[in-house]
Amino acid sequence: MTTPKVISRSSTTSSELDSDYKWGFTIDIDSDLAPKGLSEDVVRLISAKKQEPEWLLEWRLKAFRHWERLQYREPAWANIHHEPIDYQDIYYYAAPATKDAPKSLDEVDPEVLEAFEKLGIPLQERERLAGVAVDAVLDSVSVATTYQDMLEKAGIIFCPMSEAVRNHPELVQKYLGSVVPYTDNFFATLNSAVFSDGSFAYIPKGVRCPIELMTYFRINQADSGQFERTLIVCEEGAYVSYLEGCTAPARKSHQLHAAVVELVALDDAEIKYSTLQNWFPGDKEGKGGVYNFVTKRGLAGGRNSKISWTQVETGSAITWKYPSVILQGDNSTGEFYSVALVNRYQQADTGTKMIHQGKNTKSTIVAKGISAGHGNATYRGLVKMMPTADGAKNFTQCDSLLVGDQCGAHTVPYIEVKNPTAQMEHEASTSKVSDDQLFYCQQRGMSVEDAHFMIINGFCRGIFQELPFEFAMEASQLLKVSLEGAVG
Amino acid sequence: MTQAPTRHERYFADHQALAAASPGPAWLDTLRAAGWERFNAIGFPTARRGNERWKYTAVAPIARVNFAYPFLPPDNVGGPEPDFGFAAVSAAADFDGETGDAIRQHLGRLASFEDDGFAALNTAFLRDVAVVRVPDGSGAPVAVRVNHAATDGPDVEQRYARHPRTLILAGRNANLTVIETYTGPPGPRYFTNAVTEIVVSEGAQVDHYRLLNESPAAYHVGVTRVHQARDSSFSSASFALGTALARNDFAVTLDGPGAYCSLNGLYYTGQGQHIDNLISIDHAQPHCTSRLNYKGILDGNSRAVFGGEVLVRRNAQKSDAQQTDKNLLLSEDAEVDSKPSLLIYADDVQCSHGATAGQIDAQTLFYLRSRGLDLAAASRMLISAFAREIVNTVKPQPLRDYLDSLFDRNIAVKTLPVGR
Repeated sequence: MTTPKVISRSSTTSSELDSDYKWGFTIDIDSDLAPKGLSEDVVRLISAKKQEPEWLLEWRLKAFRHWERLQYREPAWANIHHEPIDYQDIYYYAAPATKDAPKSLDEVDPEVLEAFEKLGIPLQERERLAGVAVDAVLDSVSVATTYQDMLEKAGIIFCPMSEAVRNHPELVQKYLGSVVPYTDNFFATLNSAVFSDGSFAYIPKGVRCPIELMTYFRINQADSGQFERTLIVCEEGAYVSYLEGCTAPARKSHQLHAAVVELVALDDAEIKYSTLQNWFPGDKEGKGGVYNFVTKRGLAGGRNSKISWTQVETGSAITWKYPSVILQGDNSTGEFYSVALVNRYQQADTGTKMIHQGKNTKSTIVAKGISAGHGNATYRGLVKMMPTADGAKNFTQCDSLLVGDQCGAHTVPYIEVKNPTAQMEHEASTSKVSDDQLFYCQQRGMSVEDAHFMIINGFCRGIFQELPFEFAMEASQLLKVSLEGAVG
Repeated sequence: MTQAPTRHERYFADHQALAAASPGPAWLDTLRAAGWERFNAIGFPTARRGNERWKYTAVAPIARVNFAYPFLPPDNVGGPEPDFGFAAVSAAADFDGETGDAIRQHLGRLASFEDDGFAALNTAFLRDVAVVRVPDGSGAPVAVRVNHAATDGPDVEQRYARHPRTLILAGRNANLTVIETYTGPPGPRYFTNAVTEIVVSEGAQVDHYRLLNESPAAYHVGVTRVHQARDSSFSSASFALGTALARNDFAVTLDGPGAYCSLNGLYYTGQGQHIDNLISIDHAQPHCTSRLNYKGILDGNSRAVFGGEVLVRRNAQKSDAQQTDKNLLLSEDAEVDSKPSLLIYADDVQCSHGATAGQIDAQTLFYLRSRGLDLAAASRMLISAFAREIVNTVKPQPLRDYLDSLFDRNIAVKTLPVGR
């Protein structure tokens, strides 16, 4: 791997911390910072900065007050270990300093564009061929959204959350918090109080979104938290495929990322949500890295609706994330495909929840965990069959692969069945990379490292196939980079 | 977390009265006092946040009743069960002599009460211990049974708590079969708070059968702790017929290379019943093998909880672990909560687990009916086949026959499965 080119002219360069994380650059742009710490004033300040309507401020304040009551009750059940987080030592709002919101790409800070170019995001017009509309969120504020015109013609709304609050308040008010209420859990409550931006997508009745929508998240400011909030609504018969990617600079201190994603699918609608998560995982000694505490949930509310989560989790010092589907509509479908890779001192406690309420609802869970170095990966998943879920079906498969003898792989499924006609099957296995397979590859002239990579890539193939094509390539590369140094 | 002081006071008064009425050797008194101290500090467990061990079972029904200690002599061991041709062991252990030394050495060693309120309470009421001890090097097969029979207490109105304790010590190369049964009268709701400790020494082979056949209205909390040394083999089969609330907390530590354990279980719950099986296997040393297979049949509005925990420690290479939990739901209102977890810290291992829940397969039913069986007979046949996989792991023929008829009688297809 080449040493990363650091575009930063000041601040700590990533190379002194870690030369293997190629996304570890910082960008030197002026940030508009709220004071450190969380208080009612900060919540009001964020709301005022975003020129939000009264109802939203009220909602934030309700969340903040609820969070204050939860203050000392951070969830403790996950299989993760970290120093207590000082919530008063975090910047809750950091926006690139621009006087007005950018109207077009030309008004976006060139350094930000340079950063995104480095990230490889097709942000510019010339990237039309890639067929991706991007909403890039740097620290807390959406920077630019491409392809507005084309989407508008189809009646699709795809814009930063703050813009949606201004331009489509009725939609935001109707759906915000409808799937993940502000009382949901510690981190969702925190997010509800301080979320600064995120993406909003609305696909009207019968529309099939012509291109893939994409958001790119990046934490740039040191000691800042990122709290974005994404809301996607698919009306009857609509379809959308949504992609999300994340990176962060290499920092010695931990950064907090507590996002909330809400999906709503009405009758016959389908939402496909793909994530490529590559937050800074911490260095080789386990210093630094992002704490990724994310709440993602979809409501398959309509008949025959479908929500599909695909995630490739290679980054973050700690991942705490359970993309879930509430299968409320009859015949609705939920899917969860996941690859979670931990190396170095990373910890991942991730999985899903499938809550079957409607009749003949179906869910499929395929989770692959790869543990290397000193990493610990836990699959934690709930399948719940409610009394109304006649004829519901679930199939769960979790496989774990161990690379090296200092890592751990854990499987903790929760199965709750309250309906005798529901069927559920769960199977899981844990093993290391087969010696026979390795021997065969090596005997054909491959290096140990290449052989490992090929076998691991094959192990994840089923999941990568669920990703949109360009993402699948990137995921495979990411896997290779993340595994470097783990074998051989 | 802690309960209302009045209930603790009742337990405390009984604990002190017991200490005064049945003073044991000094070490026993110390152990009792330590048990009480711990129980007083932590009380009964709650399903509060993060307490994954009690996630699906609330012990409030037990915690809120003012149970008294019956102060009965331990002459009730033997009980109404058939004897299966096995010699009975009395619970009136002799704390003197060589056996006394062995008891002192092992009692309370495996069943830690540090974070277990029930084990602490049992220890606070230590009086009668059923001891099964096979000395080192005696390879001759030994077969005994321990029956903890609850009888009606002196006061019909009062509810009683019993704290039976069993200590099984299998010496080197011992060959031991133990049947441990819990029975009780169908009278008022009583509470059995049992603790069993089993030490399986090097090369020993122990077959352990645990049969829970208490009153349908009783409460039962059983803690079983097994420690296995090198090259030992431990086979267990637990059978439980529903009680109002039953908990089977069964933990095995594989603490020597070559140790093997096979844990099987069958539980049946009917209307208003709740059963919670928490089965933990700790692979603490390399080259150990474990098999875990539990099956449940749920009827009425009953609820079954299964928690499986297989832990493979960092140095436990070449571990081989399999874990299965299968549940058959016979009623619309039954609920099963299953959590078969694997925690693995070593890489050269073969571990797998599986869990299923569902009703009787409609196609299989149809097949049998097309062959002329009526719905009830066909259902009975399939339920019986489902149960028999576990019953067939029982080696003593008289016990197997007894279990067959016991389960057949209880699962008499009161509610017909819905063949949708």
